[in-house]
Parts: sequence; C-alpha cells; structure tokens
Amino acid sequence: MAGRDDDDANARYAHLETRDICGCGVPHGPGEHHHHHHHANPAQSAQSNAGGASDEEDGPKRTPLHALHVELGAKMVDFAGWDMPVQFPMGVMKEHQHTREKAGLFDVSHMGQVVLRSRQADVAEALERLVPADVSGLKEGRQRYALLTNEAGGIEDDLMVANRGDHLFLVVNAARAEADIALLRAGLEPEVTVKVLENRALLALQGPAAEAVLAELAPEVRDMKFMDVATVELDGAEAWVSRSGYTGEDGYEISVPAQAAEGLARKLLDHPDVAPIGLGARDSLRLEAGLCLYGHDIDTESSPVEAGLAWAIGKARRPGGARAGGYPGADRTSRELDGGGARKRVGLKPTGRAPMREGVVIYDDETGDSPVGRVTSGGFGPTVGGPVAMGYVPAASATPGTTLWGEVRGKRMPVEVVALPFVSPGFKR
Amino acid sequence: MKYTEEHEWLRPEEDNIVTVGITAHAAEQLGDVVFVELPDVGKTVSKDDEVVVIESVKAASDILAPVDGEIVEVNEAIVEEPGKVNDDPEGDAWFFKIQVEDLSALDELMDDAAYKDFIG
Repeated sequence: MAGRDDDDANARYAHLETRDICGCGVPHGPGEHHHHHHHANPAQSAQSNAGGASDEEDGPKRTPLHALHVELGAKMVDFAGWDMPVQFPMGVMKEHQHTREKAGLFDVSHMGQVVLRSRQADVAEALERLVPADVSGLKEGRQRYALLTNEAGGIEDDLMVANRGDHLFLVVNAARAEADIALLRAGLEPEVTVKVLENRALLALQGPAAEAVLAELAPEVRDMKFMDVATVELDGAEAWVSRSGYTGEDGYEISVPAQAAEGLARKLLDHPDVAPIGLGARDSLRLEAGLCLYGHDIDTESSPVEAGLAWAIGKARRPGGARAGGYPGADRTSRELDGGGARKRVGLKPTGRAPMREGVVIYDDETGDSPVGRVTSGGFGPTVGGPVAMGYVPAASATPGTTLWGEVRGKRMPVEVVALPFVSPGFKR
Repeated sequence: MKYTEEHEWLRPEEDNIVTVGITAHAAEQLGDVVFVELPDVGKTVSKDDEVVVIESVKAASDILAPVDGEIVEVNEAIVEEPGKVNDDPEGDAWFFKIQVEDLSALDELMDDAAYKDFIG
C-alpha cells in the first residue's frame, strides 16, 4: 500500500504509508505540515506544561490536557505548532457518531484566548475598526461570530467575540493566533489593552447530551441559549462558558484556568455519555455542519460575501447602517453585499461514493478543459453516510441542484451543488 | 500466507490463483475505511501497478499489485460496505483474486514470522 502523491489534488493530505501513517483527519494547508510523534516514553510525554510551553527546543507546544490525552491512548500529531490528539482509540468514525448521538469532549486549548479592555475607550467601537461585525450591539452575556478582514476585502481570521461586561473576550484560531494578536495590537493599542491569556485551557463539550452532563456540575447552564456566555463555577474553578461550538450540535465551550483543566476534563469524562474526541472527528463534524476552516475554506483572498458569511456583517455596519463601513476592505464588502461576489462557497455532494478532498478541481462539464472551481474541504461524512465537500464555484453555478464535475484520480465524477449544512444543527436557540 | 512490505497478504488457492487483501495491521493503521475502488475483472496487471484505491476517513492510498497476473475475481462486498475491511481484513474482506503464471513469484515474499518482525 502506498500513499497517493500522483496528483496535486491528493498530494496535500495523502503522504500515506501504512508503516508511518499520517493518522490525521485534518487537512493541512501549505506550511502546516505536521510531524509524527511516537511516545516511546510515556512518562516523559506526560510532563505537560500548562500554558502551552514546549518542553523541548522547537518542539510542538502542549496543552494542559496533553498528559491526559496520552494516558487515554490518543494518537498525537503536530497541529499548528501544538501536539494534539487527532484520534482516540475509539477512532474517527465512532468519535464523530458519539458526538452526534451523545456528547464529545474536545481539547481546544491550542486556540488563542484574548481579552480586550480599556479604561477610557469604548472597546467594542475600537474593535469595529478591524471587524465588520456589530460589536457595539453585542449585549453583555452574548457572543458573536466575527471576521478580521484585510484591505483587499479578504479574511485574516474568523473568531468569536464575547461581551463579558467590563471586557471583550476573543477566541481565535491557533494557526492564526500570532498574526491576529499582531493585528489587534497594531489596530487597538494603546487605547485598548490586548491581553493574551496563556494560562487558560479551552474545552468544548458538544452533542445532544452536553446540557444534561454539564448541568450536573452547574445547573444554571441549562438556562443558557445558543451564543450566551456566563461565568460559572465548575469543579471548583471559575469557568467562562459559552453555549456554542464547532460541530453543528448543541454544546458548550469552556475556558478554565490551566491547572483546573485536567480535573474538569476527568470529571466530564467520568460521565457515561461523554467520550474524548480528537481533531479528526472535529474536522468531519464541522464539515458536515458547513462550518469554515480557516486557511482552507476562507483565507486572505476570499471575501465574507464569497464565503457565504455575509450574516456575520452586522446591519449597522452595512451601507446605510448607523456605523456603515469603517473596517478593512469595506469597499469590496459593501459592493459584494449589493451585487454578490464573483464566486461562492457552496456545499458539494459527490453523487458517487468516492470522497472529493481538498484540492479536487471542479469543472462544469464532463469533458471541458477549463476548471470552474476547487474543493476547499472534503471527505467522508459519517452522519451523512457518504462523501461531503465544500468549495468555491462561480456565482452562475452556485444554485443548489446544479451538477458539476470533480476530477478524482484523473476521472471526472459528478457532484451536486447543495445547500449547507449537510446535517441540520441541534442548537438551543 | 505470504506478506508484502506494502502490508498485503497473499493466499495461494488452486489453479495458480492467489487471493489478496490487506493485513489487520494495515487496516488498523488506516482507520475507518469509507471507499474502495477495485480493478476490472480480466485486467492484466504487472507487479507494483496501482490496482486498488482505498480511502479511510483520514486519507487515500493505493494498493499495488504484489505480483504479475490477471485479475480473475474482485470482492464487490467491500465496495458496498467498505467498513468490512476494518471488521475482517484477513478473512471476508479480501480485495481480489489474481491468477499468476508461476506461484514461485511468491517465494521472495515474507512469511508470518518475517512479517511480524517487519511490523515490529
């Protein structure tokens, strides 16, 4: 058995030999290639450094739950500079299904946690200089999805912004954390203090059983609605909880002090409905939910409108709104809000069984030479029970029901444009 | 049973026919298999030709022809239910049967003990 590296479309994720398997369900962008880790000495591996410090020169960083992952038998991979569990012994497929049916516990401590605070300035107003979201209109105790944009109207990152009363709390992607923080500092300091929290872990409890499980530790989480945030005591620690996630299921994201993370994780895993879930299933869950992965489905060139993320642009920030424009790339965004983008991110459902992975080139007929688009995320959807993908196609080809063709291993295979998500969300609105 | 370094097993049957599949070790390493593409029956293949595509939740990989020969039968059941490859890789989930000129082509392959050694 040999890894496929015979075409560009597959080369990115494929370098697969059974002897030294990648073991990673997460597609890798350029410069994001991971390294293999063999835990020949579990005792050594178990020396976790809370706060994400690395124990070896240039080695990947470790989250406060690293030792627990190793103890649970996780297969670890380097993801965005962090040594993360890609799967547990249960395997990607069962982990995915378990999350949809019961509850999965994810370690997302590699993500960046940032607090924005100011004595004099209006922090929300200041942040609106960098994002097209309506931050000023975000009420205390609420969270909102936002995009950091650039002057060309592309996306620098996607993030969550929570109004926690006297400050804004941001969660950004691990791979973009450094760039985001530089961007926030350049755009907001000195009037706003940008504080990166190095000593907090981030856990996600996702799935239909998440509410019942977490309510055993803090009954008040039952009353939270989708995108509510609250400070809650969990297992004796101050937790910043939001009712949100990256799976399309109901659930919570939980920021806790690093030293409290393992105790809380063990307590949650003690519940018979909860299983630990790796990055592999995280990727297939978010793909079925139609959610973007930065660096793949959205990047510095794709615009919010093209990406189908116009909903993340507040009414107040649109042309004619109270605080219209005023963020990087507002010209392009405003224009596209009106006339649409040249291309559009769509759901792509291969009609056959073969998965169409990231990089598969899309054509509008079976034989033509001119590509019309490209798959940006794709694989097997365990809940769908077949292949699922997302990608960009010209606006004229973006209508659900349109048949396009993806070229897999030199063969054109039909793929249908479908509305996202593939799996309807289980949010508690 | 004989084994290749590509983690295939080969079981000689009657009439110079050899059944080919992947080892339990390979199936375990691949993870959940979600797609299998088999060659056409009647196809003549050379050693190291890509004859099967197998995709797991993680990635795609090829299975190479372990010997020269003609594909005489394929296991459609694993196309219908790719998960069988994880359930019974060295039994029901064989991939194809290949007819070879000369069974001595298998002599250079690993036996049970050598393969166990090989995967450590």
